[in-house]
Amino acid sequence: MIEARNITKRFGDFLALDDVSVDVPAGSLTALLGPSGSGKSTLLRVIAGLEHPDSGAVFLDGEDVTGRPPQKRGVGFVFQHYAAFKHMTVWDNVAFGLKIRRRPRAEIRERVTELLELVQLSGLAKRYPAQLSGGQRQRMGLARALAIDPTVLLLDEPFGALDARVRKELREWLRRLHDETGTTTVIVTHDQEEAMEVADRVAVLNAGRIEQAAPPRELYDTPANEFVMSFVGPVNRLGDAFIRPHDVELLLEPNGSTQEAMVERLVHLGFEVRAELVRDDGERLSAQLTREQAEALELEQGQIVYVRPIRQTVFR
Amino acid sequence: MTARYVIRFGALAYLALVLVGPVGYVFYKAFEHGIGPAWDAVTTPAALHALWLTLEIAAIAVPANTIFGVVAAIAIVRYRFPGAGLVNALVDLPLALSPVVVGLSLLLLYGTGGWLAGHGILFAVPAMVLATMFVSLPFVVREVVPVLREVGTEQEQAASTLGASGMQTFRRVTWPAIRWATAFGIVLTTARALGEFGAVSVVSGRLVGQTETLTLHVQERYESFDTTGAYAAAVVLALIALATLILMNLLKPKEETR
Repeated sequence: MIEARNITKRFGDFLALDDVSVDVPAGSLTALLGPSGSGKSTLLRVIAGLEHPDSGAVFLDGEDVTGRPPQKRGVGFVFQHYAAFKHMTVWDNVAFGLKIRRRPRAEIRERVTELLELVQLSGLAKRYPAQLSGGQRQRMGLARALAIDPTVLLLDEPFGALDARVRKELREWLRRLHDETGTTTVIVTHDQEEAMEVADRVAVLNAGRIEQAAPPRELYDTPANEFVMSFVGPVNRLGDAFIRPHDVELLLEPNGSTQEAMVERLVHLGFEVRAELVRDDGERLSAQLTREQAEALELEQGQIVYVRPIRQTVFR
Repeated sequence: MTARYVIRFGALAYLALVLVGPVGYVFYKAFEHGIGPAWDAVTTPAALHALWLTLEIAAIAVPANTIFGVVAAIAIVRYRFPGAGLVNALVDLPLALSPVVVGLSLLLLYGTGGWLAGHGILFAVPAMVLATMFVSLPFVVREVVPVLREVGTEQEQAASTLGASGMQTFRRVTWPAIRWATAFGIVLTTARALGEFGAVSVVSGRLVGQTETLTLHVQERYESFDTTGAYAAAVVLALIALATLILMNLLKPKEETR
């Protein structure tokens, strides 16, 4: 269990964290989601002890660790750019924390073997980081962090430097790993899809503050404010109302509550079709349909349709 | 095509004119009358003493500047402390300042009427060591600083989250990253220490067989019209420099010659 209480952190004039409090339940996988500069990485680094907050406190399993250096916190940290020890083999990288702890050689051998198997790098133990792909390097980074049996695992944009396919693979793999080990985990990401897919709980940060912390579904269905609404998924803004593209209904005939719109562009994304529309009052919006719906309507570019929001959200 | 040849030929010609020619000529002149006279010239008591003194001074100045250099580089790159910019600028001073000025300042400081006059420092080995340390100070710092900047702090942070203390992090993570830069800095420091003339010349008093280093010996021989002795001693200096360079290349493992 991680508790961060009223954390404030400045870098010169820049207020990175503004009185932030967050709880990470034991055994959960929590995502810190936000745009760059929102303070999410700083918060993670404060939890790890790599940054010292100007005020506030950090508790790990109920213990106040605010004044403790990172060496004494027992956290596993995974860096965006891997932070691999370049002059050590994969094996020595993973064994590092255990060697520092002067564990018996037999135990180190057993543990490293087990971890390399877990991250599927058994055959590459003698390689150097430079000889690995990005995905392999990050799996090594994870094994290295797990080697010390951390009380919490902290990942700072761990898949940010990887290409889309590897990122998706590793994301699923991380989720499975978490389900197996049950280590309390915090992942920092700017990718809402990644946060929603991998985490039990998502804390959305903006400009050094937490806007909302909730399970992914709640975040999506009942966002606390405009920022959360527009950050966790695509959104149309019409006046004061926010409408998700899948909540825009398209009809071929007007029915009193609809408005006329022209199909400006159709984007086919496999199962899903996105229609970019221009209403007769000049407002633009996009609608998300299934392929069947689009085919039933026989949608074409330039066609006139009638639109109506099924559901909309207004924040006061 | 022709442009490439012009560049290649130009570079070689320049090197030949400025570097290889003069040094080669010294070798030629030294062995003009065969190896015998040259050998005799460098094995006179005065020459041997000069060689020994040169190595002795380097043996003090080089380790001192190496330790200072590594510590200063880490301080400049890793810690923000008041005056860091000043330290960074001061380190370059010996590169900009003429060695004669260095010698003169030591002369004023330790000489008659100076603040620190009369501790047997001036016109003796201590002043020569100080002068040599001064002029050879920047090299390790200048080699290590850019490498430290380039490797960044992430590996060190990773080590600290894995439980390594500051000393363990230095030994296992930082040092392996900077050791070749340090080695190269040591070679440059050594070369500078062995070859220093101006500053040492001012503070040594140039007593033959007492405070004469190899470079001073070369000049003293030359001024005494003993050209063979001067050239032979110069060859010894060149050979030591060459040996240092070769030693470093032998020590350097293949995989790290990027």
